[in-house]
Amino acid sequence: MSVAYPTTWRRPPQIVKDRRWRIALQLGILIYLALAISTVDVNWTRVYDGLERGQRFILGFLQPDFASRWRDISQGLVESLTMTLTSTVVGVAISVPIGIGAARNLAPRWIYYICRAIIAVSRALQEIIIAIFLVAMFGFGPFAGFLTLSFATIGFIAKLLADDIEEIDETQAEAIRATGASWLQLVNYAIQPQVMPRLIGLSLYRLDINFRESAVIGIVGAGGIGATLNTAIDRYEYDSAGAVLLIIIGIVMVTEYSSSYLRKFLQ
Amino acid sequence: MTEIPHHSQVWTYRTPRKRLMLWGGWLALVALFVWCWQLMTRDTIWAFVADAPSQAADIGNRMIPPRLSYLPELMPPLWDTINIATLGTIGGVIMAVPVAFLAARNTTPSVHVLRPIALFIIVASRSINSLIWALLLVAIIGPGILAGIVAIALRSIGFVGKLLYEAIEETDARQIEAVTATGASAAQVLSYGIVPQIMPAFWGISVFRWDINIRESTILGLVGAGGIGLKLQASLNVLAWPQVTMILILILATVVLSEWVSARMRHAII
Amino acid sequence: MLHLQGLSKTYKTGDTALSDVSLTVPKGQIMGLIGPSGAGKSTLIRCINRLVEPTSGKVLLGDTDLVRLGKGDLRRQRRRIGMIFQEYALVERLTVMENVLSGRLGYVPFWRSFLRRYPPSDIERAYRLLDRVGLMEHADKRADALSGGQRQRVGIARALAQEPELLLVDEPTASLDPKTSRQIMRLLTEICSENNLPAIVNIHDVPLAQQFMQRIVGLRAGRVVFDGPPDQLTEAALTEIYGAEDWNAMRAGDREQAAAEAEAQARMEAIV
Repeated sequence: MSVAYPTTWRRPPQIVKDRRWRIALQLGILIYLALAISTVDVNWTRVYDGLERGQRFILGFLQPDFASRWRDISQGLVESLTMTLTSTVVGVAISVPIGIGAARNLAPRWIYYICRAIIAVSRALQEIIIAIFLVAMFGFGPFAGFLTLSFATIGFIAKLLADDIEEIDETQAEAIRATGASWLQLVNYAIQPQVMPRLIGLSLYRLDINFRESAVIGIVGAGGIGATLNTAIDRYEYDSAGAVLLIIIGIVMVTEYSSSYLRKFLQ
Repeated sequence: MTEIPHHSQVWTYRTPRKRLMLWGGWLALVALFVWCWQLMTRDTIWAFVADAPSQAADIGNRMIPPRLSYLPELMPPLWDTINIATLGTIGGVIMAVPVAFLAARNTTPSVHVLRPIALFIIVASRSINSLIWALLLVAIIGPGILAGIVAIALRSIGFVGKLLYEAIEETDARQIEAVTATGASAAQVLSYGIVPQIMPAFWGISVFRWDINIRESTILGLVGAGGIGLKLQASLNVLAWPQVTMILILILATVVLSEWVSARMRHAII
Repeated sequence: MLHLQGLSKTYKTGDTALSDVSLTVPKGQIMGLIGPSGAGKSTLIRCINRLVEPTSGKVLLGDTDLVRLGKGDLRRQRRRIGMIFQEYALVERLTVMENVLSGRLGYVPFWRSFLRRYPPSDIERAYRLLDRVGLMEHADKRADALSGGQRQRVGIARALAQEPELLLVDEPTASLDPKTSRQIMRLLTEICSENNLPAIVNIHDVPLAQQFMQRIVGLRAGRVVFDGPPDQLTEAALTEIYGAEDWNAMRAGDREQAAAEAEAQARMEAIV
C-alpha cells in the first residue's frame, strides 16, 4: 500500500463552526472579564483587617457556642420551624386549586390566564422583597414571614403541579371521560392518582426550601432564626453565629434525609 | 404478589389497616399544624394584621407612579450586579468541580474520608442562603462587590457540586471500561471516559446557576454586598417608594432577560 | 500466544463463574467462546485483561503473568490486549478520530492525550485503520452520529490502534442485524489473519461461530466442556454445552451476569 495518510489532525470545533465568530466570541469574553474584574475595587487594608475576623469566625464555627444566647436561638428556631410548617401546609393547600386552574387541559381559558398570572408574580418576586413589603404591612414578626413563605410556596408548587397535570397520560383521562364522568370525577380518578406522588414529593421538597428561606427573611424583620443570626453577626459574636449556622445545616440535612425516606415510603 | 390470600365480598380501595394509618397521618398533620400555628402567632399583634389592608393601600398609592428619572442612576449598580453574578458563578464552578469529583461514588479516591467531607461541603453550602453568606462576608471583609462575589461563589459550590456529582455517577460505565481496557492511566480515563460524558451537564448546570445567581445578586445589596440592592436599601430607608417601584421593575426585567438568555444558551449547548 | 492456567473466579456473592479453566491460544488463531448466558464467557475474557480480578490461576501473555502485575505494569500490559465490546462502548460524545486515537492512551503521556497532540505516526496509523475499516470520511463525525455497524468498526479500529498482540472480543454482533453481523465478523477474521493476531471471540450465535471460527471452546457453568474445530460441534456436543433446556442454569446465568457487571463497576471505581 502506498497511500499517504495525513499525519496531523485537529479536533473540529463543536459549537461555533466559523473561525472568525469563534475568535470574536473569545475576544468578547476576555474583554468582558477584564472589564468586570476592573469594577471590583478591593480595599486591601480592610480585607487584611478582616482576616483576623475571618479567623475568629472559622474558630467560632469549629467551637460553636450554643449556650450563652440559647434563649434567642431557641426562640428563633421555634419561630422558623413553626413558620416553615404552617406556610408549607397553607401554601400547598392554596396551590392545588391554582395548579389545577393553571393546567391548560383542565381549566377554561380565562381561569388559566388568571392562575398563570398569580404564579408568574409569585415566582418573579424574591422572598426577601416580598418579606420587606409584608413586614411593612403586617408589622415585624413571624406572621409576616409565614405569609411570605406561603406566597412563595404557591408560585413553586402550583407551577410544577400545573406542568405535571399538563403532561399526564391523556389516554387514562380519555378512558375516564368515556365512562361519562363529571369534571370533579375526572380530577379525582384520572388526574389525582397520576400526580399525587409527585405532589407529596414536591411538598416535602418545598418544606426543606421554606426552612432555608425562613433563615433569611429574618434579616428584614420577618421573624425566625435569621433575626437571631443577624443580631449575632452584628454584635461580632461569631461563636453564636457559628452555632446558628450549624443548627441550620443540621436541620437541612435531617429534613433532606427524612424527606427522601418519606418519599420512598409513600410511593 | 404471588397469591391473593382471601377474597372479601366488599371491595375497598385500601386495606382497613392502611386506611387507618392514612387517616391517622392526616390527623397528626392537622394537629401539628394547629399547634405550630398557636406557637407562631403567640406574639402576633392582631391589630397590625387588621390594619394591613389600609397599610397596603397606602404603600400602593405612594409607589405609583415609578420614578423614571431614577433609571440612569441605577445603571452602574446594575452593571455591578451582573458582574457579581458572573464572576461569582465562575468562582463557584471552579471550586465545585473538584468537590464534585471527590463526592461522586465512582471517582472519589476515598469513600470513607474524602467523600463525606465533600458531601458536607455541598450540604453546608446549599443550606446557607447567599444572603447569609453575604452578611457574614460583609462583616469579615467589609462591604462591597468582593463580598458579593465570594458569597455567590460559596453558595454556588453546593448547587453545582451536587448536580455535577450526580451527573458523574450517571455516566455510562461501559465507555469508562473501554477506555480503561486500552491501558489508559487514571487521569486519561477521567479525561477520555468521564469528562466528555458530563460536559453537556456541566455547561447546562453552570448556565442555570448563573441565571439563579443574577436573581440572587440583585438583593445582596440589602446587607451591603454591592449591586442594585444597595439602591433598594437606600430607597427603603428614606421611604422613597417611587424609586423602590423603579428598582423592582428593573430587577424584574433583568431577571426575565437572564432567564431568556440562559434558556437560549442551554438550548444551544444541548 | 496466550496461556490460561487453572483460572478461577468466585464473586463476592458466592457465585462461581469460572472454575479451573486452562486454555492455550496460539498466534493467529481465532477462538470462539460459546455457552449459555452465564456460563462465564464475559468473566473469562475480562479476567484476561483484569477488568475482572481472577480469584486464582495464571494468565500468561508471552512470558508475563498478568495476574501478578501491579497497577502501572498492568497498564503497560493492557496496551498489548485490544478489546472490542458488545455495545461498541465508544465514547459517544467524542469524534470518531478521538475514539480511534484513544487506543493509543497507554502509549502517550497525559498532556499529549489531553491536548489531542498525538505523535504524527499515531495519527497516520489511525487514518490507515479508519481507511481499512472503511470509515475514512467519517473521521471528524461524532461517534453518536454513526450507525451500529459503523460504530462497531470504530471499535475495531480503536482496538487495533493499540497494536495489540491479542484481541478480546465480547459479543461483537449482539446489537447488530444479521447482515451487519456477518460483515463485522468477516472484517474481524480478515484483520486477524492479516496481522496473524490471536483472538478470543465471545459469541452467543452458534451458526455464526461455526462459520467464522477456527476453533470453538464451549463453556458450561464455568468449565470447559468442549474444545475442538467447528465441524466437531455436533448435536450431542451442543447438548453438552447448552443442556436440554435447563432453566435453572439460565437463572443462575442471570445472577452471574449481574455479578460480573457489578464487579466490573466496582473495579472501575477502584481504578479511577
